[in-house]
Amino acid sequence: MFGVIKHKTQSIRPAFSAIRQFSSAAKEITVREALNTALDEEMSADPKVFLMGEEVGEYQGAYKISKGLLEKYGPERVLDTPITEAGFAGIGVGAAYYGLRPVVEFMTFNFSMQAIDHIINSAAKSNYMSAGQISVPIVFRGPNGAAAGVGAQHSQCYASWYASCPGLKVLSPYSSEDARGLLKAAIRDPDPVVFLENELLYGESFPVSAEALDSSFCLPIGKAKIEREGKDVTITAYSKMVGYALKAAETLAKEGISAEVINLRSIRPLDRSTINTSVRKTNRLVTVEEGFPQHGVGAEICTSVIEESFGYLDAPVERIAGADVPMPYAANLERLAVPQIEDIVRAAKRACHRSVPLAAAA
Amino acid sequence: MSFTATKFAPSPLSLNSTTPRSNDKPLSFSFDHSKTNPSSSFLGSTRKLLRFTALAKPRAQARASTPVADVLLQQTSNLLITKEEGLELYEDMILGRFFEDKCAEMYYRGKMFGFVHLYNGQEAVSTGFIKLLKKEDYVVSTYRDHVHALSKGVSSRAVMSELFGKATGCCRGQGGSMHMFSKEHNMLGGFAFIGEGIPVATGAAFSSKYRKEVLNEADADQVTLAFFGDGTCNNGQFYECLNMAALWKLPIVFVVENNLWAIGMSHLRATSDPQIWKKGPAFGMPGIHVDGMDVLKVREVAKEAIERARRGEGPTLVECETYRFRGHSLADPDELRDPAEKEHYAGRDPITALKQYLFENNLASEQELKAIEKKIDEILDDAVEFADNSPLPPRSQLLENVFADPKGFGIGPDGRYRCEDPKFTEGTAQV
Repeated sequence: MFGVIKHKTQSIRPAFSAIRQFSSAAKEITVREALNTALDEEMSADPKVFLMGEEVGEYQGAYKISKGLLEKYGPERVLDTPITEAGFAGIGVGAAYYGLRPVVEFMTFNFSMQAIDHIINSAAKSNYMSAGQISVPIVFRGPNGAAAGVGAQHSQCYASWYASCPGLKVLSPYSSEDARGLLKAAIRDPDPVVFLENELLYGESFPVSAEALDSSFCLPIGKAKIEREGKDVTITAYSKMVGYALKAAETLAKEGISAEVINLRSIRPLDRSTINTSVRKTNRLVTVEEGFPQHGVGAEICTSVIEESFGYLDAPVERIAGADVPMPYAANLERLAVPQIEDIVRAAKRACHRSVPLAAAA
Repeated sequence: MSFTATKFAPSPLSLNSTTPRSNDKPLSFSFDHSKTNPSSSFLGSTRKLLRFTALAKPRAQARASTPVADVLLQQTSNLLITKEEGLELYEDMILGRFFEDKCAEMYYRGKMFGFVHLYNGQEAVSTGFIKLLKKEDYVVSTYRDHVHALSKGVSSRAVMSELFGKATGCCRGQGGSMHMFSKEHNMLGGFAFIGEGIPVATGAAFSSKYRKEVLNEADADQVTLAFFGDGTCNNGQFYECLNMAALWKLPIVFVVENNLWAIGMSHLRATSDPQIWKKGPAFGMPGIHVDGMDVLKVREVAKEAIERARRGEGPTLVECETYRFRGHSLADPDELRDPAEKEHYAGRDPITALKQYLFENNLASEQELKAIEKKIDEILDDAVEFADNSPLPPRSQLLENVFADPKGFGIGPDGRYRCEDPKFTEGTAQV
């Protein structure tokens, strides 16, 4: 498990610099603040919402997402649990059976492996097995995907794992607006939601509109967001990779390629309509994800496009994913194991028939 | 109220089961199991590890000299049940037994399929506990769940129909033998994995406490019963939940149906200390051992444990020593259990024991019990006929109920499920 948990101050520069220039007047908040305020507002609005997990209370959250909530809502609603993922995830499910709305925090989603039986077998399947008698309004949330320097067991993306399971909804926010709107939607939703955050984004600031700061703000589950419009190639991404895709789009723009960047937001349900509409416009597709390539989110998107828009494709679909290896520890290897901005640029160029030596392909 | 460890005050001795030296005499329970169950009374055996006959002796002698019922009579010098209660218990146990016999019959006739785990022999536990519950109380069961559902009030028709995979089943044929849910009866399901139901049950108990103390619902005094077997007590989720239930004083009773065998693995071959009840005091809750073949003893213990939970005094671990008269499932050839052991427990049939008690105390006549049996026979014939004549789930049901809010899933542009679309079978079953 975790050795020492520190509240890291992130030094990574916001990837969304293009937008920042335009919105100097808009308020900026970090993803951490977005998640914290979303939790706070939903707990305030509905006394059936409670938070449980390791270190969510007195420690204020391993990543400080729950900061201040214990003080505000008390230990009855912000529950520090023992280190027993299977136990407390199952307790959350049982509490949700009768209408409470638990938010279960995994210190990282890697630990959800200890509780996956309850996520899949108890939470996801109960509504179906009971023929709609017992719904399970629960949120499983926590940081997902590669962190930095923590090795194989702590660096993995579970999006495609959970997204392959009927009965689950899987959300993955990128920006502060995403984090607020999607977490609120997840808590209000009557079904089990797996909410995949990213540790490296917690400290990043994003501009947010006044609308997104309103306590009634909520994003629809199952809708992707077009972060940047373009006409030559579609790039799909979620979570941290959206930032990389936007960076890549900037680089591509300098070379005369207009890339459309789709922030998936919802991995399941997948917004096939937005993806296919975009591909029918650009005729080219690059999928980006941090997870393993085989049976991944990119594979699913590719299938959807082949099924629905095959005739519109002018180039083979390009898939950028994490390397098909457990995450190495050494920093240089670790960098090689996850997609980089230049990988996306290269793939997009290839899709646009720019000449790139094959040996350099990602 | 407080769920936090920091504010958790150690229970006064009278609430806590034991001091370290008094494990054999839980203070909060007047029923002293040590009188009838010496600590060496574990009878589950493998021929390799223990001599069954040697172990069985104390129990056999006790049975010969003082019938179980008499022991209790001497303790209380009163009848343990009224005539009405006696007949209710008898009816529920007969229902459980006959229902399962009917299941076996229907399984071999091909009417039901998959894994079917029968409860024969363990009826005293289900009846002894569940018949004391209110409708609002929760029951969480395992894959051996038909009889728990019946005791909780789910109709024979609904359970039988579910087993037949029909649309009229309690889960419209979507659950099956191991997943009996009934929201109306607060039957929170059968869970097919070992240990999986325990955290869910603990969560249900948590929700009662939350409703009472956070949502201020004064009537939220539901008690949750978590049923599971001896094999589960070697699984980590058992310990995780004993800890949290005691830590947060949740209104739950952990009911171990120790039938001595986890499929073909003897309890004695699987567990370092086979006395499961001892694990209660280790977590700060009473641990009680009771003869699970005697519905009146089970009921006595259950009454106190359930009331204790309802009073807000926290969880109790109850180990019911029982025995299943059939194999693990209908697919189990049951070759590992010693015939002598099976015979021994067959002689301790809980239904026969109750019948004897009712007769000896003039609580029921032969005709009255015969009438109950006839009534149950009729109920089950009706249930089978009902299940047989019920429709199969329609095709449109396939994609229903995956989500409470299925927006974005499997719904066509016209708002209908895609499986109703004639083109549904072309290409992938995309939902």
